[in-house]
Amino acid sequence: MIKIVKRDQPSRAIFFFTPVLAIFLTLVAGGLIFFILGFKPFEALKFFFIVPIADKYGFSELLLKATPLCLIAIGLSFCFKSNNWNIGAEGQLTFGAIVSGGVALLFYEQEGFYILPIVILAGAIGGMLYASIPAILKTYFNTNEILVSLMLVYVSKLILDYLVVGPWSNPEGFNFPETRQFSDSAKLPLLFEGLRIHAGIFLALAAVVISWFVFYKTYLGFQMKVSGFSLKTAKYAGYKGKKMIILVFLISGACAGLAGVGEITGPIGQLHREISPDYGFTAIIVAFLGRLHPVGIIFASLVVAITYLGAETAQIFMQIPKYTGQVFQGMILFFLLASDYLLFFKIKFIGLKK
Amino acid sequence: MIIDINFIGLIIASIMASAVPLILASCGELITERSGVLNLGVEGMMIIGAISGFALMTVTGSLIIAIFGAMLAGVLISTIFAFLTQTLITNHVATGLALTIFGIGISAMIGKNFVGIPGKEFPVLFQGLKDTIPLLGPILFGHSIVFYFAFALPFITSYFLKKTKIGLIVRAVGDSPESASNQGINVRLVRYACILYGGAMSGLAGAYLSMIYTPQWIENMTGGRGWIALALVVFSTWNPIKILIGAMIFGGLTIIQFHMQAIGVRIPVQFLTALPYIVTIIVLVVISRDSRKIRLSTPSSLGKSFHKDN
Repeated sequence: MIKIVKRDQPSRAIFFFTPVLAIFLTLVAGGLIFFILGFKPFEALKFFFIVPIADKYGFSELLLKATPLCLIAIGLSFCFKSNNWNIGAEGQLTFGAIVSGGVALLFYEQEGFYILPIVILAGAIGGMLYASIPAILKTYFNTNEILVSLMLVYVSKLILDYLVVGPWSNPEGFNFPETRQFSDSAKLPLLFEGLRIHAGIFLALAAVVISWFVFYKTYLGFQMKVSGFSLKTAKYAGYKGKKMIILVFLISGACAGLAGVGEITGPIGQLHREISPDYGFTAIIVAFLGRLHPVGIIFASLVVAITYLGAETAQIFMQIPKYTGQVFQGMILFFLLASDYLLFFKIKFIGLKK
Repeated sequence: MIIDINFIGLIIASIMASAVPLILASCGELITERSGVLNLGVEGMMIIGAISGFALMTVTGSLIIAIFGAMLAGVLISTIFAFLTQTLITNHVATGLALTIFGIGISAMIGKNFVGIPGKEFPVLFQGLKDTIPLLGPILFGHSIVFYFAFALPFITSYFLKKTKIGLIVRAVGDSPESASNQGINVRLVRYACILYGGAMSGLAGAYLSMIYTPQWIENMTGGRGWIALALVVFSTWNPIKILIGAMIFGGLTIIQFHMQAIGVRIPVQFLTALPYIVTIIVLVVISRDSRKIRLSTPSSLGKSFHKDN
């Protein structure tokens, strides 16, 4: 007989075990889907998860994709920990990219060591500005941040579209929807010859370290934790709720904006229509899979980045549609949430009693 | 400038047509939310409905199978959400997001073989009466059965919630699951039913898009309508009749784009396309500013899990 018993306390061991379980279950379910689609499940999984990162180039691509995911997820973990549902990181990324791209274009054909820091800063500010909209509307007008931040994603993409087609489009660009190439001083340096991995990865690593420090070593981190646990307790303790809401949104916006900077000043070096394959949404999954823990988020961003690469490889070699990546991402989150049940409940197998 | 009165009628009719998917999905989500469950997966359920309807129509050739199949697909996908949030007591927001991401992926995967296939003509009712009455003729006649159903739905929903016993149970479960449970109501069962109903309506909304409104399959063709439907529920302060008003406003914004472009207004097309999203934000701010009113009309247990220890 099976009996389900509520745990007195959520299990800490299981807290870190369930993400692994979720990934395993996703692989099983993914294999099943491939089988239904008429592919050999093991071969398909191999093309999806192993082939893409088997060589040096593939590994560089993995880090390239994991960088924005990690950066955004770190930012989102500030929001999620304190019970603020910012799901519009994609918009903050886009707006950050627009602002930093605009600044980079101002320095067109100019060189100088000071240009890159200004371009990066502009991206962070852009992301913060855009994130401040849902934050201010939430704190002062009681407006649902989920819907506002999401609506702003659509708006930001349309602003970008307008700019790259219209006023900012490359005058010598034969009407392609893209801007001029940024000058070399406005680009993040590539780390290795022939590989696309760029210095943006250091931004992500810095965010990891800083967030770890804030979460576990500062009063702000403690306040966030309490507010996330119980808003009533936070109020009772006299925390300034509004200030904190705005702060976590700004942090999260800055991170997303920086991710946007990385996308346009990295290998691409210009603004164009599609700067992000929904990194802002996927990062939500990364944040949860990483358990809102900085180190967990590093691992999670690598795992989820594989789904992007795997989808591309599987499409080329097996004609498996590339959206399979998204299906995998959705499944990971489903299984993760489902296996959280084990955090709070114990399943006991009891022998039949006479 | 002479304006043909029937032309105005046609514009109003086209606004109504673009409001249909919003009304269907919002009315479904309204019932779900009234039972205390916040399902953010509307966009995902809609797109699943859209591809299922279109695919079934292409494969079986039957419009009836396609419409009901799309609703069933919405029910099936929302079962995942119901199982997770109700049986495994997961967080509503995160689960809904997963549903949307999953739904968009799965629909594109299934839809790969249906891109570029022309749709079928969907039969309309009372076509002959269209020219009999000026202005009202094009508004009232010559639409699909789904169109008429959508405009009846807010009234049916309102009647259901206010006047029927099951409606009362749904409201009780949403406002106070503890007392409802003490009254012997199976809270989990009621919420399951409301989630699946919401899934069916979102599925129908999607099928309307891919089979009737723009009869073809385009990836991501719901284009955020699911999220606007969610916003409409807040806009309506959980009152189905007001959904009708909200959906007409948003339908109007969508249609205005086309006509502004047609008469050559020099506003960037992107700005016009962004208008519904910007207006949604403004409307949300105006509605939510009065926090007391929102608190009074929001189902008290919305988005909160309910678990009864056995």
